[in-house]
Amino acid sequence: MLKLMINGEPESIDASPDTPLLWVLRDHLHLTGTKYGCGINLCGACTVHVDGAPVRSCGLPVASVVDQSIETIEHLARDGKYTAVQQAWLDADVAQCGYCQSGQIMAATALLRQVSSPSNQQIDAAMNGHICRCGTYQKIREAIHHASKLIEQGGQA
Amino acid sequence: MNPSSLHPNRRSFLKSTGLLTAGSLLVGFEIPLMGQPRLPATASGLMADAFIRIDVNNTITLMMNHAEFGNGVYTSLAMMVAEELDFDWQTLKWEAAPTEAQYFSPIFGEYLTAGSVSTAGALKPMREAGAKTRQLLLTAASRLWDADIRSLSTSAGQVHHADGRSIFDGDLSDMSRDHDLKPPKSVQLKDPSEFTVLGRPQRRLEGPEKVTGEAQFGIDVRRPGMVYGAVLRPPVYGSLVKTFDAEAALKIPGVIKVKAIDAGVVVLAKDYWTATKGVKVLKVDWDDNGLGDLSTAGFTEEYRALSRQPGLLAENIGDAEKTIQAAESSLESVYEMPYLAHATMEPMNCTAQVSPDRCEIWVGTQYQSNDRTIVARLLGLPEEQVIIHRTLMGGTFGRRASKTADFVTDAVQAAQGESVPVQIIWSREEDMRGGHYRPLFVHRVRGSLDDAGYPEAWHQTVVGQSIMQKTKHDPAYLVRGIDIYSVDGCLQEPFGVFPYGTSYQIPNHRVESHNPPKIGVRPHEWRAVGHTHTGIAYECFLDELAHKGGKDPLALRLQLTRDHPRMHHVLTTLETVSGWASPLAEGRGRGLAARIYSVSPIAQAVEVTVNANGEFSVDRVICVVDCGFAVNPLGIESQIQGGVMLGLNAVAYGAIDLVAGQVQQSNFHDYRPLRFQQMPKVEVHIIESDAPSTGVGEQATTPIAPAVANALFNATGQRVRQFPLDRHGFVLKA
Repeated sequence: MLKLMINGEPESIDASPDTPLLWVLRDHLHLTGTKYGCGINLCGACTVHVDGAPVRSCGLPVASVVDQSIETIEHLARDGKYTAVQQAWLDADVAQCGYCQSGQIMAATALLRQVSSPSNQQIDAAMNGHICRCGTYQKIREAIHHASKLIEQGGQA
Repeated sequence: MNPSSLHPNRRSFLKSTGLLTAGSLLVGFEIPLMGQPRLPATASGLMADAFIRIDVNNTITLMMNHAEFGNGVYTSLAMMVAEELDFDWQTLKWEAAPTEAQYFSPIFGEYLTAGSVSTAGALKPMREAGAKTRQLLLTAASRLWDADIRSLSTSAGQVHHADGRSIFDGDLSDMSRDHDLKPPKSVQLKDPSEFTVLGRPQRRLEGPEKVTGEAQFGIDVRRPGMVYGAVLRPPVYGSLVKTFDAEAALKIPGVIKVKAIDAGVVVLAKDYWTATKGVKVLKVDWDDNGLGDLSTAGFTEEYRALSRQPGLLAENIGDAEKTIQAAESSLESVYEMPYLAHATMEPMNCTAQVSPDRCEIWVGTQYQSNDRTIVARLLGLPEEQVIIHRTLMGGTFGRRASKTADFVTDAVQAAQGESVPVQIIWSREEDMRGGHYRPLFVHRVRGSLDDAGYPEAWHQTVVGQSIMQKTKHDPAYLVRGIDIYSVDGCLQEPFGVFPYGTSYQIPNHRVESHNPPKIGVRPHEWRAVGHTHTGIAYECFLDELAHKGGKDPLALRLQLTRDHPRMHHVLTTLETVSGWASPLAEGRGRGLAARIYSVSPIAQAVEVTVNANGEFSVDRVICVVDCGFAVNPLGIESQIQGGVMLGLNAVAYGAIDLVAGQVQQSNFHDYRPLRFQQMPKVEVHIIESDAPSTGVGEQATTPIAPAVANALFNATGQRVRQFPLDRHGFVLKA
């Protein structure tokens, strides 16, 4: 059994140690908000936070994260409130199909927790690895700038 | 986390903040909630109409009979109902309507979401559903209060009496049922001047669950006891399994079973990762069905040759042939467009449970009546014993309207003989090589000019595999043997079921079509279908003629659309909002294209910057669309941005190649998606109109490609006629 710390809760998982974290989250814990897109670290749909850093979970063997703190999209909205990033995503009406948005939001959240008022270049660098096929990029940029304002007003990234 | 825990009583919150006004919700940044409280839908709820269920807790649930894949149709349908029902539309709940004839598309006669016609088809019936339900509730309240119905009014999910009494809609459901009240057969709809919801920008109905990870896509379905399946599919699409060796796969802990299905060999396991490990060690001997020699290079050669031969005559206005021969000078160009994959972010998947007398399916599909028919036939079951639970979809671009139900049948076959549900997920590589593509096309176009330098004759020969030939759609979509999809976008006159032409008037206009054999991979609809290739050939060649005649490309189009007021207005608007006449710096270029798809005129102008190496960026896209009455301007903006991105992506990089029958591309490194920092700024201008609403889902995908190619010519003097651009001298800046 592998012992993991996911969204602040200890979990025991009966999975082969080479299983990527993505499939442990999805198939063993039924945390399906984290998505499969490419399986080879190219699209960012599977992005979660490991010890606060945005990480692709599709290529990350679960055995390598047993001692680390893992946070998924399901853990963002808490205490009856969306995070500033989620709120900004809703305000800017970002999502179309929505499939890539968990990964986009996790990436933007990591960025805004580091840099609360990022420049366009910093946004490019943080988001360029995250594919959307519906064409929400323009609204994602708007939402990140808007989230930045919400944080300035006291919101949590 | 259940979003209802975010705000158990949203309504009271809204009231207390004074944000509810006259039936419309003013959404501002200060509102900390857009959650859809997931109250349990009760079977006891009153079905006021086939589309509307009212529960005593004042929950109103819409039965959604169109597929939501990013198109925004759930939002639009909710707006239509809520407008007439006087219900706070964002609190409406939704369910995917079952596969029953009453939910079939009035336009297609099938349960199909396609063709950018959902809004056009749904607007009247959904408004009527809302209005009839409102009348039912008024009748119930008049009984309850023994009041004259004329003294009653509605707003925000309540019925009000002139004396000040109010009652929630949900509290009238028992009254309606107990007295067997029925909605009226006909009803007066609101005058558009009274609209408070329709025609105003509204955010996505299912937006909240898409920011919390709660949205349920097909791949997220989890059923008790469910197992996961991965499939080894053949390297040559269309091959059959001869024999397979499962010994190594079965030794992997967690692998449950290995068996052959039509699509290949499936490994069932306790989780998907384990199933994929099993697939990696399978040994399969394939029969390639004689398809192992096919190549896109071969198709291209063959189609080029065919384009010189007379084809089936699709349109013949005047005498193009004679006019071109008699002209002092004429032009001839060949345009070549490759196969394109849909590459939806959510790869194909399906979950199925099969018992001897019933089959239950959970899947994201655009085309569930067809899926049901095919599965019923496959299993020998009556259609009503095939139950489809439609989920949200992580994109489709046409892929999830499968004529063969291919991504459904492989799960059904994998689940046959199993006592538990089986979920089949296509790996990205399988999805990329999955055999359904926008077909490869070659267009040969000839043209000549009149003495004033305007196009006088046009002769276009279109060569590519038919999408509809040899399918059940053959009678409606083939006219005199010509697939109307192949030529849609290059005819001046309406053709078959498509009631529109190009909007241009050229006095001599001839279009011919060749349908080469349908072999190998499957030609399939891809967002905007025929226009994805006809649009490029037509709009680029028009640009060539403009250049030859010394005309400004926009002025030329204005001249050609004199008899088409809607497109003419779109173009004059584009001229203004794009600043068409303003000068551009050295190394920059401007181009445009104008198209009518599914009735809506749309035009785009783009500005590009190109360096000496041919590396370019798209700096600005200006889009003007006339879709009649704009139901949800915010949703339209998203559809336009999305269409532009997908079309730009395809023209910049998109190509699926076949070598020895095998698709060469496999994942996002060799079928490159457009990235965040490459996204141009898209300015969307919607023509104000009270004409009937028409589509916007596919319209923006096609003008962008020729507009960019024309802008590159404008900047450099180099004309690209083979695509994608990155193989022919122009690389979109990373």
